[in-house]
Amino acid sequence: MKDKIIGIIIQSLNSLNEEWNNPSLEHIDVNTRIYGSGGNVDSLGLVTLITDLEERLTSDFLRDIVLADEKAMSQQNSPFRSVESLSNYIEHLIQSETRNV
Amino acid sequence: MSEITVITGTRKGIGRELSEYYLGKGHVVVGCSRGLASIEHENYKHYELDVADEPAVVQMIRDVRRRYSRIDNLLNNAGIASMNHILTTPYKTVQSIFFTNFLGTFLFVRETAKVMTMQKYGRIVNFATVASPLRLEGEAIYAASKAAIVNFTEIAAREFAEFGITVNAIGPTPVPTDLIRNVPKEKMDTLLNRQAIRRFGGITDISHVVDFFIDKNSGFITGQVIYLGGVHY
Repeated sequence: MKDKIIGIIIQSLNSLNEEWNNPSLEHIDVNTRIYGSGGNVDSLGLVTLITDLEERLTSDFLRDIVLADEKAMSQQNSPFRSVESLSNYIEHLIQSETRNV
Repeated sequence: MSEITVITGTRKGIGRELSEYYLGKGHVVVGCSRGLASIEHENYKHYELDVADEPAVVQMIRDVRRRYSRIDNLLNNAGIASMNHILTTPYKTVQSIFFTNFLGTFLFVRETAKVMTMQKYGRIVNFATVASPLRLEGEAIYAASKAAIVNFTEIAAREFAEFGITVNAIGPTPVPTDLIRNVPKEKMDTLLNRQAIRRFGGITDISHVVDFFIDKNSGFITGQVIYLGGVHY
């Protein structure tokens, strides 16, 4: 599942970077920084990324996922700081939602 | 192409009348309420939900996006009121009013703005009330929940400006609907006397302002609150 999530995040960043043209996002991998210190995306970009990702995740995992989760937003280390941290967070979200069904 | 307009609280009152008005103007209207639909029209789609139920709202807006691919307008009309002195207001009533009026508005703005952000266009109209600027005794909780919407509207206007989304609010005067059915006549007369124009509002007064806010040429108008009847802060 993790690889699938990473793939979706990279697809989303690639697709959005067609508009942003940020050279640092030309070769995205798990270590790519997204938001915050050393990040490649500003707050407006983050909003667009969240929207795009939610749509992709919803259609790939067939469930409604909201990335603005209370626990994530209160974490000291934002899940949006890198591809890796974001994929960990999304995996956790999906797993905890599955347990709650 | 028809405009896609989401209206909350469409089973009765202003929401229902606005739905019929925009259906008449050729919009596709997507409505919701806690009960079954009261509107039958080929361009009307109804969702039965509580506007403060996060998973239900998320699911509704995603379904709207799948069906229609876009959302042009959001009219955040759903609201409840309860007239009471603060000393006799139950805590649960306060929760219920804030859940429907403020949290419902927040959820619909957040979810529809996700769609509007991607299309780089959107018109959001929230519903305030003259009870806030008039500081009406007996309406502390209702007025406070709507005052929260005003501040929220002003900040949302800034956060979404980059995406071509405008966020404004209308502050209607009392309109003869169920919402004010239980307010004593004497109380209502006192209220109307504090307006510059002393009469009830009508659906045309409201739709006229909404028309202005959602007009495609109103892209430079955001973060504004228009109170009817000559009321102001």
